[in-house]
Amino acid sequence: MPEFLQFLFSGLTVGAIYALVAVGFTLIYNASDVINFAQGEFVMLGGMVTFFAAAAGVPLPLAALLAIVIATAVGLLLHQLAIEPARGASAVTLIIITIGASIFLRGISAIVFDKNFHSFPAFAGTEPWMIGGAALLPQSLIVLLGAGAIVVALWAFMTMTLTGKALVATAANRLAARLVGINTSAIVGLAFAVSAAIGAFGGVLMTPITLTSYDVGTLLALKGFAAAMLGGMGNPLGAVIGGLIVGLLEAFSAGYLSSSYKDAIAFLVILGVLFAMPQGLLGRAAIERV
Amino acid sequence: MQRIVRSPYVVIVLLAAIVLALPLLISSTFYLRIAALVFIFALAVVGLNLLMGFAGQVSLGHAGFFGIGAYAVAIGPTHLGIPSWAALIAGASIAGVLAYLVGRPILKLKGHYLAVATLGLGILIAMVFTNEARWTGGPDGMPVTRLELFGWRARTPIAWYWISGVSLIVGALIAVNLIESPTGRAFRAIHDSETAARTLGIDVARYKLAAFVLSAIYAAVAGAYLALFDALVTPVTAGFLRSIEFVTMAVIGGLGSILGGVVGAAVLVLLPQVLTAFHDYEHVVLGLLMMIFMIFLPAGIVPSLARLMQRRQP
Repeated sequence: MPEFLQFLFSGLTVGAIYALVAVGFTLIYNASDVINFAQGEFVMLGGMVTFFAAAAGVPLPLAALLAIVIATAVGLLLHQLAIEPARGASAVTLIIITIGASIFLRGISAIVFDKNFHSFPAFAGTEPWMIGGAALLPQSLIVLLGAGAIVVALWAFMTMTLTGKALVATAANRLAARLVGINTSAIVGLAFAVSAAIGAFGGVLMTPITLTSYDVGTLLALKGFAAAMLGGMGNPLGAVIGGLIVGLLEAFSAGYLSSSYKDAIAFLVILGVLFAMPQGLLGRAAIERV
Repeated sequence: MQRIVRSPYVVIVLLAAIVLALPLLISSTFYLRIAALVFIFALAVVGLNLLMGFAGQVSLGHAGFFGIGAYAVAIGPTHLGIPSWAALIAGASIAGVLAYLVGRPILKLKGHYLAVATLGLGILIAMVFTNEARWTGGPDGMPVTRLELFGWRARTPIAWYWISGVSLIVGALIAVNLIESPTGRAFRAIHDSETAARTLGIDVARYKLAAFVLSAIYAAVAGAYLALFDALVTPVTAGFLRSIEFVTMAVIGGLGSILGGVVGAAVLVLLPQVLTAFHDYEHVVLGLLMMIFMIFLPAGIVPSLARLMQRRQP
């Protein structure tokens, strides 16, 4: 039982980070049909900028805020300079642009920062709580609560504010949204900004546990993408559930089966789910118009 | 004249001319080595283009098949004592059979769901190569015995230049023939609209599977060549980034254009060689160029330029 709890805790913690990345994918996909493979780079920026700002003497909370602001600016620039000029290009062309952006951002961080692993102190100490014989780090709880808060805030934003509703409308039908006077291009920019901020926030939360370096983004983007697809592309709730499932699968298969094949088991389950439910867990069936 | 230029076989003649002319223009073995690398990658991309550019099905896992070919020529001679050429054929067959078995359920998925399923498949294959160290040497990889045919050993860059160059021409010829056949027309119909293709009586599942199996065999042969050429194979050969590299080559060169696949492979093999001059800035420039190419030539280099030239001379 203590073992089970331990794997549960670590799975939920990692899963919460995947969920944040997956939510970022979903937001941008909904607004613009773009799969943004640079999503992991926002997480990397969150951790790296915080570390180097803190190392330069900025207080940690301020450094974290700075990191989120910088990542948001990068997200906006990505949209303005790379996605907007290629508007109307095919989906796969846009994907290659975001892959180019992720290589570019990784290269920039390797130069501006360095190629080492970094971490900063956990926000509420490192003394673990013992629950049922399993250790729960305070930082894990912060990751879970932080991710939960983001999801609730995002839900409130999309259902209670006019801007959020414009985002939902753009996702549902871009042409119709433009007809009722929504500036869809600004909305897509907003989606990039919000996704970047969420990613960077995740990066700030996870760094005390998992460390960060200039190249953590690739693997996170890969897992986040898989999680988003598992949940059903375009469904924010599905993204959260998908992220948690991928995290839990990894933790439990690493613990009970084989640590070297933990990713394999996660992907086997994803393949199995997709064979049974080709639109993901919560996705809608697409109808092709001829 | 117009009819000759429009003929789909012009690409083959052009490729053959390039392969024959290059050794006359450049004599340095270093450049011939790079040219051989371009041909090897181009072979894999020509195959991937059949799947992505013509049948319209995305794959983010083709490095897995590439890796199967590469590890076949590594494991065959070392552990099983079979000659390299037989191991190459075995590797291509294994990749083809695996693609056939997995393809049926996977290809029911569409768009990004297909992307994630193929991505998972590629990662599973790469993980086996990393973890089964007894057979594959684990993360450090393993040496590969040189190719030997009728007592002749292929080890110089020039030998590999001709092997890969001729293979690329043959591979492109097969691809062009296929595209011009009823099968090729079925591929393009599926690309345009699956539902419409089905309404016309095209067995959509069968043709998608055919494209998937073919592209897997192309990738496996190219992978075997690369392993024999480098005399070394590591799990990076089959990794996720390699799959992304293949897709990028196909898209930058131009989906649905055989010549585009070759140009895309050339760009992505040559760029890092040129960019080593930038030292630390290598990746920054590479990422930047990828974005610039796609923003200004969204259909890929070859189709976009062809369209521009057509507009110039009505």
